[in-house]
Amino acid sequence: MLSRTADHLFWMSRYIERAENLARLLDVTWQMSLVPQSEAAANQSWNAVIALNSLEEAYAKKYDVVNGENVLRFMVSDPDNWSSIHSCLRMARENAHAVRGTVTTEMWETLNSTWLEAREQQFDQLLSAGIGEYFEWVKMRSSLSRGVTIGTLLQDKAFHFIRLGTLLERADNTARILDVKYHGLRPHEDEAATDFYQWGALLRSVSGFEVYRKVYRDVITPERVAELLILHRDMPRSLHFCLSGVVKNLELVANNQSGETQRQAGLLYSQLRYGRIEDILTDGDGLHEWLTDFMDRIYLLGDGISKDFLVPMAEAA
Amino acid sequence: MNFYNEMIDADGGVRAHYQGYDEWLKATPPERIERKRAEADLAFHRVGITFAVYGEEAGKERLIPFDIIPRIIPSTEWKSMQKGLRQRVQALNMFLHDVYHDQEILKAGKIPSEQVLNNAQYRAVMQGVDLPGQIYAHIAGVDIVRAGAGEFYVLEDNLRVPSGVSYMLEDRKMMMRLFPELFAKHKVAPVQHYPDMLLEKLRAVAPKGVNDPTVVVMTPGAYNSAYFEHTFLAQQMGVELVEGRDLFVKDEVVYMRTTQGPQRVDVIYRRIDDDFMDPLAFRPDSALGVPGILKAYQAGNVTLSNAIGTGVADDKSIYPYVPDMIRFYLGEEPILNNVPTYMCRKKDDLAYVLDHLAELVVKEVHGAGGYGMLVGPASTKEQIEHFRQLLIAKPDGYIAQPTLALSNCPTFVEEGIAPRHLDLRPFVLSSGKCVNMVPGGLTRVALTKGSLVVNSSQGGGTKDTWVLED
Repeated sequence: MLSRTADHLFWMSRYIERAENLARLLDVTWQMSLVPQSEAAANQSWNAVIALNSLEEAYAKKYDVVNGENVLRFMVSDPDNWSSIHSCLRMARENAHAVRGTVTTEMWETLNSTWLEAREQQFDQLLSAGIGEYFEWVKMRSSLSRGVTIGTLLQDKAFHFIRLGTLLERADNTARILDVKYHGLRPHEDEAATDFYQWGALLRSVSGFEVYRKVYRDVITPERVAELLILHRDMPRSLHFCLSGVVKNLELVANNQSGETQRQAGLLYSQLRYGRIEDILTDGDGLHEWLTDFMDRIYLLGDGISKDFLVPMAEAA
Repeated sequence: MNFYNEMIDADGGVRAHYQGYDEWLKATPPERIERKRAEADLAFHRVGITFAVYGEEAGKERLIPFDIIPRIIPSTEWKSMQKGLRQRVQALNMFLHDVYHDQEILKAGKIPSEQVLNNAQYRAVMQGVDLPGQIYAHIAGVDIVRAGAGEFYVLEDNLRVPSGVSYMLEDRKMMMRLFPELFAKHKVAPVQHYPDMLLEKLRAVAPKGVNDPTVVVMTPGAYNSAYFEHTFLAQQMGVELVEGRDLFVKDEVVYMRTTQGPQRVDVIYRRIDDDFMDPLAFRPDSALGVPGILKAYQAGNVTLSNAIGTGVADDKSIYPYVPDMIRFYLGEEPILNNVPTYMCRKKDDLAYVLDHLAELVVKEVHGAGGYGMLVGPASTKEQIEHFRQLLIAKPDGYIAQPTLALSNCPTFVEEGIAPRHLDLRPFVLSSGKCVNMVPGGLTRVALTKGSLVVNSSQGGGTKDTWVLED
């Protein structure tokens, strides 16, 4: 496969996954903001959304104050914000457009019609119709494109690069959501009811609420939420699950210069495969430090994949 | 002016080969037709069968309007047209080989040497280069119109990077999807095997000694107006779609960059003009091409399709000589007519043209896509005067032809069904002695009332083209 083709496929899947995770993050922040709380507390969680995506500067250029409506407008439909859902859907479509001969007709049609629809959406209408409905739509479109990919694409290298993009992006996003919410959510004895809703919303944002119930059959505790999202082997949005897929798909596309990237992926995977939540939460500075290190290593993995496969390789020796 | 109507004869009766369709149209409720037309629009949009229009907002894509009344050609007409196309394309390929080798036709004085050798499309770098099967134009898109009392004329031989074949295929697919009953009723010759035929031809012209050639389609990129077609053909043939930056040359061999390292490329179906193919040989500012590819090509290590330098045979200033080429190389009389052409570089011709601008069609010698032309009868005094100045300033840049009374065909337009002018572009494939084509081609229709310009960039649409089998 052409390196450039692999590059487009990898980013196509990353962008659609990013759009979905962004919808999930905004959705949970939106829902949490509906639980009675102080204005300062509410705005603090909107602030976190901006900080999480390192968009403080770009945001400050457009808006004076941080509040729900502004942040939603900025992150949902602002075409100038390259990290908005709108931009992600556009980039997913652009990447698919560049390789529409490689993806199946159904995949192209799904991403193209998603973009055609997104292009017509007006933020104020989305807001008045209930922004939750919009987030559902984004999630459905992402699910649809993933389903169409699995259901129609030959499972050759193209498929593996798509899966690599999806899983790497998801690992990064789950880590981010966990990082920002976990720290905003220290348990307080007197606010048990609020916490229940907050943890519930976090779990729902990664489709983990029902999974949690099934796995633990017990009350929601922060430690278990962290364990579920980091270490659970079979939870499709957990870090363990994602890295296991990254390792597997890397093996399937391996070439003679990808050994180091595979080794790094294997090392990271083994931490999740054999790690214990007690250690992760207490070693060093605890979860935040662990997640920061994890996200750095995910970034390096993406960089390695790019150098080994996607950037045109050294010319024939 | 009287126009030949493809469907209705001079007495107002429906022509025999349209009778089946006419009965169906009369029996089908207008609401159903409307619904189907809307369905076609939606489907074309969703699939993204669009084209980008130069000069409009970047990245903006438009649909090429699709008309549901097919252009029907009876098999006898098609057979003679096919014979004429084979003859013409064969002669053109022989001409190209001759021009880039011994130049017999110039020595024989059939075409003025300076017309060929000073032509902007002549590529001196091709002199003496031997090509597999001596074929230059593997794919030709010959534009044919019907005029006058019903005779066919060749308007242009497109031998560089003719486009439109994807619309031919998609129009057929759409028509079969919308109205399967029509195909049960008519014996319409199939066209869907075109990509297979093309792949076979491309494989047949691989460099000597290559048994299992790697074929690729080369595109200028996603913002090219025909990008949809490039992806379509690559996908249908099951080959890679590459851009210039995916390829590199080492030791006069072309490779593509893959996730598994460099892979050798043998045949490139390139949809990029000569000028942009190699920054080391042609335009140095081209970012679309591959440095060094010309050397690899000259060494015979890769086949380019079409060859470099085919433009010298489809240039409008060479067009008037095609009938002579047929006589010279094949010793046959041309089957398809040429349109009488005034060459403005000739004094007498120029004088005549300047006197009759209001009746003539004037075309830029190197123009294409319906840009840079004057249709006398449809132009204002200002436009005619503008062209007069252009002609006086640079006479050898133009040719002129009588305004043909292009045939028309009933077409759905806003006010209902009305006749609109059309042309036909069959796609003729050559390798060695074999010249093949699928029956029919792409029918383009000028949707503006009275317009004779069918190019999609000028608001033209397309129709499915049926060759009826006996």
